[in-house]
Amino acid sequence: MKRYSAFAIAREAMRHHEGWERAWASPEPKRKYDVIIIGAGGHGLATAYYLGKNFGITNVAILEKGWLGGGNTGRNTTIIRSNYLQDPSAAIFEKSRSLYETMSQDLNMNVMFSPRGVMMLAQTEHEVRGWKRTAHANALQGVTTEFISPRRVKELCPIMNIDGPRYPVLGALWQPRGGTARHDAVAWGYARACSAMGMHVIQKCEVTGIRSEGGKVRGVTTSRGDIDCDKLGIVVAGNSGHVANMAGFRLPLESVALQALVSEPIKPCMDVVVMANTVHGYMSQSDKGEMVIGGGTDGYNNYTQRGAFHHIEETVRALVETFPMISRLKMLRQWGGIVDVTGDRSPILSKTPLENCFINAGWGTGGFKAIPGSGWGFAELMARGHSTLCDGFELDRFREGRFVDESVAAGVAH
Amino acid sequence: MLILTCPCCGVTAEETEFHGGGEAHLTRHGPDSDDDQFHDYLFMRENPRGVHFERWRHVYGCGKWFHAARDTVTLEVFGTYPAQTTEPPQHIREAISARRPGWSWRGLS
Repeated sequence: MKRYSAFAIAREAMRHHEGWERAWASPEPKRKYDVIIIGAGGHGLATAYYLGKNFGITNVAILEKGWLGGGNTGRNTTIIRSNYLQDPSAAIFEKSRSLYETMSQDLNMNVMFSPRGVMMLAQTEHEVRGWKRTAHANALQGVTTEFISPRRVKELCPIMNIDGPRYPVLGALWQPRGGTARHDAVAWGYARACSAMGMHVIQKCEVTGIRSEGGKVRGVTTSRGDIDCDKLGIVVAGNSGHVANMAGFRLPLESVALQALVSEPIKPCMDVVVMANTVHGYMSQSDKGEMVIGGGTDGYNNYTQRGAFHHIEETVRALVETFPMISRLKMLRQWGGIVDVTGDRSPILSKTPLENCFINAGWGTGGFKAIPGSGWGFAELMARGHSTLCDGFELDRFREGRFVDESVAAGVAH
Repeated sequence: MLILTCPCCGVTAEETEFHGGGEAHLTRHGPDSDDDQFHDYLFMRENPRGVHFERWRHVYGCGKWFHAARDTVTLEVFGTYPAQTTEPPQHIREAISARRPGWSWRGLS
């Protein structure tokens, strides 16, 4: 792998950019791998990367039915934060956020991590209490957050109307090292690094069945033939229920559409990420100048990847009240992603009833921020059979009532 | 946009007039059930990619609960029927089979 650098840009500029090589190889699948990961989204690729980097396991294939990072990795609003209430969540999300800090250097790919600060507005008395509680919990967990006053909110984000008639801003939970990153670059960076370690990233290879023998996984059946493996990781977000079905077990998940939209590009006007959970909307400005807006999930199971229209209306109505200056913005694009939501709104990183088969799912509406942390923990779980980062997120926690209950801690976007 | 017909009052309206209530035909286990049954009732869901039966409430209308048979990929609605049943009625199953040949659910088709 040729390294990307300022020198490389200068060198290629001298020779009409003809020396750039493909970022990752597209090999034919082998008959057998030590580890197969189903799903080449952020979480799947990060898992493979840390299997190689931390545990030296490089005989790995990552199978993707579509194209790399074409699911929720390319469909989110790129927000990164770790201000969670419960200890297991704070641990894995903070690990993840800290890995984002050095990801560009680690992967030799500019993922444009921008720790511009994330602000979660408190617009009711209940939210004020809730966010103060979270700030105290974060202090104990070693996550840097603070509860800030409406005046400070206005200083940090001058375009916000903090005296709105319906939902005045009463304060906010502020995480100064939260922010955004370039979502596609995260997937591409991991894929490039995996490919450089000799792993096979195989696109357009749909898994149609999972083969097992005596309660142990043997391999997968795909649209490009049978492939054997010693260990299997299922990392397929919205399609987790569908793939788990092939492996012969069920998951406590439901899939719904979550949508987002972006406006036409405008001049820089907002250099923080703002989330308003009471009114179901969140917004940030991309480097291109577009306002990136996220909304609520559909109220019923679906796999449509577009979402219900009235949610856009609700989201935009709330945001126009909070940011009056965006009322004349034209929206350029709207899309939906299928998110898999668990009963307690926390992920599942776990062994499964099928031996040597592992599942990483249930990230719901907040998976992008967790990519490196999830990959780090899940790789350890797959390689060693246990990971402290994954403690608490087992599949059997529902049966035993050990929830990591984040649905109470944060309503819409948690 | 999802359009449903309430079988209780006969009104056809789009989804904002209704409220989804999750998967239908769950077996509600009582106090003498074991942990696995209770776990399944509380948390385990079919979450199918395709034909799905679910509960809906006509919140901004008659207020009654009913059931709908729907495709989760295309949002096609095969029919709605009253909630006082433990399985989809024959005419709904036939409507689904006509559109999705070979379809089955818990041994019914």
